[in-house]
Amino acid sequence: MHARTDAADTAPNWPDDIFATLQRYDVRQVPYVPDAGHSKLIQRVLGSSNMRGIPLTTEEEGVALLAGAWTGGHRGVLLMQSSGVGNCINMLSLIPILRFPFLTLVTMRGEWGEFNPWQVPMGSTTQGVFELSGVKVLRASNAAEVPAVMEAAAAQAYNALTPTAVLLSQRLIGAKVFTK
Amino acid sequence: MSKANLLDRRQVVSTLLANRKDVVAIGGLGASTNDITAAGDHARNFYLWGGMGGAAMIGLGLALAQPQLPVLVITGDGEMLMGLGSLATIGLQKPSNLSIAVLDNEAYGETGGQTSHTSAAADLVGVAKACGIADARAISTMAEVEAFAKAIHDVAAGPHFANVKIDSASVERILPTRDGTYIVNRIRGDLGFQPI
Repeated sequence: MHARTDAADTAPNWPDDIFATLQRYDVRQVPYVPDAGHSKLIQRVLGSSNMRGIPLTTEEEGVALLAGAWTGGHRGVLLMQSSGVGNCINMLSLIPILRFPFLTLVTMRGEWGEFNPWQVPMGSTTQGVFELSGVKVLRASNAAEVPAVMEAAAAQAYNALTPTAVLLSQRLIGAKVFTK
Repeated sequence: MSKANLLDRRQVVSTLLANRKDVVAIGGLGASTNDITAAGDHARNFYLWGGMGGAAMIGLGLALAQPQLPVLVITGDGEMLMGLGSLATIGLQKPSNLSIAVLDNEAYGETGGQTSHTSAAADLVGVAKACGIADARAISTMAEVEAFAKAIHDVAAGPHFANVKIDSASVERILPTRDGTYIVNRIRGDLGFQPI
């Protein structure tokens, strides 16, 4: 359950923009850990005839999966939440070593009106963890900038082999609320 | 601690790869990568020197990208234990061309031989079956290894899983290249992909 903080986002279509970019770049394998912020995109992927959505038990599986996918000729993208970034750290070492195109889309928790203090530590260090691991970070904070950010991220990840994470801010997604 | 009549790891791996044809073979971090090298360097060998726990998932990504190609992961019990969840992911995807052979010496051979969970508690065949991998075999004879070597090529019948009990003897280290980009690009080239 997500509250929409910006009126423009009450019926968000930015997941459709992401899906369109991934289609244009011929992304075939989409590993993910289920996440509310990604739910619409996951539905689009699972309903697609040329993409395969692959649910994981932990995010690091997705990094290794994408290494294998690339070796076999497929592009992929890893969908996860900021908390999951911490689960990936050692596996991220495969990216510079094997030099495969890495793109991940990360829905942010622990910022912009967060309710749950347990999400804050990892949400606060997500960008730093990526940067220390050699992954470039781009951010989308509102729906209007999603298409341009996605295009830039996909281009540099797949064309320039520059590992890239797109942080989809909690302001974009809407802070999670718990109601009694 | 060594048990009688356990299989020799090099003999197991060389048998699995003896008639490999178009198989892509992925070694796990540790001695299994050396075993694959000892069986003969090959353009379709994926040597893993890091990313412990990732071998089976690399195999899954490759198998899904190349569904007609037999993909064989050969790893150790310690490496497999670190990625147990990947067996659930593979059980869900059911890639029919993916095989996993675990060389189980019940020990972490690279780090001084500390016992692993398979020595007393964890049954990897049971885990694989419980994760939905129907063809999960416990192997203790070379005849069973030979049968599994044939099953690998049945790309419509997988995923295949085998836990092979091997002896814990240390064997000579035969090290492959450590250049990961070279390893990946050599496989890609052999599969017909041009450099970017």
